[in-house]
Amino acid sequence: MSMRDTPLWTWHVIAGLIILVLLGLHMGIMHLSGVLHFDAMSPAGDSPVDWANVAYRAKMIFFTLSYIVLLGAGLFHGLYGLKNILFELGPPAGLRSAISALLLLLGVGLFALGTWAAFTARTVALAASSM
Amino acid sequence: MANEGTTNVIFRVRRYDPDRDAAPYYQDFTVPVPPGMVVLEGLWYIKEHMDATLSWRVSCRMGVCGSCGMLINGSPTLACNTQIHDVARDGLLMVAPLPNFDIIRDLVPDLGPLFDRHSHLMPFIVREDHDEMQEPSDQYWQSADDLLEYLQFTYCIKCGCCMAACPTFATDPTYSGPQPLAQAYRYMIDSRDGAFEERKAILAGEAGPWRCHYAGECSAVCPKGVDPARAIQLMKRELVLDYLRLGKLRRRKPAGVLPPEKKRGRREGIPEHPPFTVEGAG
Repeated sequence: MSMRDTPLWTWHVIAGLIILVLLGLHMGIMHLSGVLHFDAMSPAGDSPVDWANVAYRAKMIFFTLSYIVLLGAGLFHGLYGLKNILFELGPPAGLRSAISALLLLLGVGLFALGTWAAFTARTVALAASSM
Repeated sequence: MANEGTTNVIFRVRRYDPDRDAAPYYQDFTVPVPPGMVVLEGLWYIKEHMDATLSWRVSCRMGVCGSCGMLINGSPTLACNTQIHDVARDGLLMVAPLPNFDIIRDLVPDLGPLFDRHSHLMPFIVREDHDEMQEPSDQYWQSADDLLEYLQFTYCIKCGCCMAACPTFATDPTYSGPQPLAQAYRYMIDSRDGAFEERKAILAGEAGPWRCHYAGECSAVCPKGVDPARAIQLMKRELVLDYLRLGKLRRRKPAGVLPPEKKRGRREGIPEHPPFTVEGAG
């Protein structure tokens, strides 16, 4: 008998709360900076996605970690939700196991890729600032 | 005999005899309906005057036994406490068996899956003091507040209306459904019960409340106001708090026998019971 649903559902809710906070931060800095005046996170002015502003944030370990945590929370929340939707379609037991395994692999793979990208961006930004 | 205010209502009844019919079909019956007539009486009228083969399940006729749950104009409810004039639209009343269950015949659903799931979640008090349970020395002590924790959920009559309305139970064969889960919560939260860990072992898996996405239809259709959706959300809360080591149920000891200081005599003004009408009773 599987007893994993309580922890999975609990972390689903916790991941939702993490997304609420970090996505709020992302929206504030990247999309609502003109309204909320998060200018401190875009010191080069202009657009928050200009290279100078992106590099400024990428050098800060807080942002690197927040990208990774947001990525993990988003992947877990989304893929667990997708799994529940697919399971409501009534797949047989074998297919359920296959769906779970496939989504787990997809989640781990995307998390690894995203983590690598976050650290790479930080490395590039640090290298550019030392030149 | 036609009473004042009697109108004809067409009962469009879903028929199915697995020994004879390849598939369910609808059959119309015109029933003279006086004010106050309930759907169950309309079905009796059809059986007595038009088609004696029409089948449904019935017992108490007063909204207590839960036998006559059926789909009336698209809503799962009890035929015995649904007045025809309240639900008929333009003189038409659609009557079908409860969805989400196999059909035994006509309006008789197979409620076996409901009772199987119900019994699987241990809908009874579980304790270790078996001798006390078998030969009680007194009542187990429970405060009024303890009682209110679960009282609402004891009104379930197992009619199956909530199961018929649940969109998750309709598609997910592993989901226990609102009725068994509400009853599992009813016993989980009962201060006399000592089986939280055993029930938790079942509820932490696919049979638990996790597939519920709170459509709320179970509570909307419940003819007894049990509110299974609320029980399911409260159950989720208890299980999550327990997982986070914040729950109180894991540390709870089942309520013991009434302590002497709590014992009270009979309150003043409460009359004695009348004499027994059956010899040897009492």
